[in-house]
Amino acid sequence: MTDVTPPDVTTHAMAILPEDLPTAGSFFKPHRIVLLLIAAALVFCIVWFMRWDWLPQYLPRLGYGIVVTLAMLFSTSILGFLLAVPLGLVQVTGPWPLKALASGFCTIIRGTPLLLQLWLLYYGLGSIFPQTGIRHSFLWPYLRESWPYGVAALTISFAAYEGEVMRGAFAGVPAGELEAARAYGMSRWTLFRRIWLPRAIHRALPTLNGETVLQLKATPLVATITVIDVYAVISKVRQDTYITYEPLLLLALIYMCLTGILVVAFRYLENRIPTRGA
Amino acid sequence: MTKPAQAIAVTNLHKRFGPLEVLKGVSLTAHEGDVIAIIGGSGSGKSTFLRCINMLELPTSGSVTIHGETIAMKKDGHGGLMPSDHKQVQRLRTQLGMVFQSFNLWQHMTILQNVIEVPVHVLGKPKDEAIETAEALLRRVGLFEKRDAYPAFLSGGQQQRAAIARALAIQPLVMLFDEPTSALDPQLVGEVLTVIGDLAREKRTMILVTHEMKFARNVANHIVFLADGVIEEQGSPDEIFGNPRSERLKKFISSIH
Repeated sequence: MTDVTPPDVTTHAMAILPEDLPTAGSFFKPHRIVLLLIAAALVFCIVWFMRWDWLPQYLPRLGYGIVVTLAMLFSTSILGFLLAVPLGLVQVTGPWPLKALASGFCTIIRGTPLLLQLWLLYYGLGSIFPQTGIRHSFLWPYLRESWPYGVAALTISFAAYEGEVMRGAFAGVPAGELEAARAYGMSRWTLFRRIWLPRAIHRALPTLNGETVLQLKATPLVATITVIDVYAVISKVRQDTYITYEPLLLLALIYMCLTGILVVAFRYLENRIPTRGA
Repeated sequence: MTKPAQAIAVTNLHKRFGPLEVLKGVSLTAHEGDVIAIIGGSGSGKSTFLRCINMLELPTSGSVTIHGETIAMKKDGHGGLMPSDHKQVQRLRTQLGMVFQSFNLWQHMTILQNVIEVPVHVLGKPKDEAIETAEALLRRVGLFEKRDAYPAFLSGGQQQRAAIARALAIQPLVMLFDEPTSALDPQLVGEVLTVIGDLAREKRTMILVTHEMKFARNVANHIVFLADGVIEEQGSPDEIFGNPRSERLKKFISSIH
């Protein structure tokens, strides 16, 4: 066939194209100018009338806090997701004991507050450990710190929520595509690695995006068990200086920026494989 | 004249779904170069029969031989059979190019990726070689320009042609078509039949389950009429369509005209 195909619209269906972005001229429409002026006034008021003299002194600690927050987010999301894949898979295809175990785990973790899980781990397990022989184990230097309990609690929580998401994603991959893979002689492992898992992840990406943003905003809970993340640094600022609103506004801005970066990164991943319609 | 080698031999195949016996002892031999069309009403067991050949459906009893190699089966403990050697089934499946009613292209891959997937990741071919073969096949089914598009953006006819290219890419001994045009809009049926017809003309071995009687008559050298899980009648297209003997076949043919 040599017929002329129209310009290829398929590969860019969901991507943001240059023509979707506002042009320089479009900023000068009256309603935009008004909104820009209001925003500028707001920023001016915040900078001029509020107290920011404490900021330079705390900048290094804030930077450290952001790093800890991001480390918490990425380590627990990645570990949690690695656990979520088998949790979702056995609920779709596993033998019933595993299925029951996985769905029980997801139900219990999703049914209790994360703060409670964190405290049970830290104050519960963390206080039992010293009474056992574990003090002499090579793990002790880590187990007497607080961050492993934070990582554990956040990981378990993410795994449980994403286990449910992946269960739905695995179940939602059309049976015909898996059948085609079998019909072409794929082994179970190849089928899982090449077809089922990537297809399920692609289906789950929009949900995972939202869940990762939620996970970011669950990280400040670790401040309650003495992990110094960005939230804990801001709390320290408030304690030291008795200033309330300015540090909290800055904290909100930091979380918003991190969220924005996450959303854009996930959008990029989603757009790598365009989906049609809906 | 020596007879061409046997490509597929199915012997006394039974298939039971619970209390319902869908296939009641079907035997069929396809020699190399044969184009066999299986026709019959819905529920006659034709799709089930085709799917038993590559073990997508496990037969209750009977045997399947592909290129002289019989698939080893054992009792599954529920009155049916299961393959005793999964590796053997996987290996033999790579000799059967299956085309499905609903295309079943992998939606997370481009058309080209779909076509090279099995050659690269199952047959272990080098990727550049697989791409070269795939591009030639896509050109042949008229989809070269669409090689980087995702299946969801193609029409049904284009998807089915891509699926045929995917099946051809494994250089199968036999092509199996499971109602390849049944899910298509009427105006898209022709483009797919043209491709299949071309394959038939170059003497590719094919077993074809279809509702397109005129097409079956034109391309097949052997027609099998299935009714209620048994082969009611079989023979050359002219015998089957021109001179049907059994009452059921007469009724079936008159019902579709």
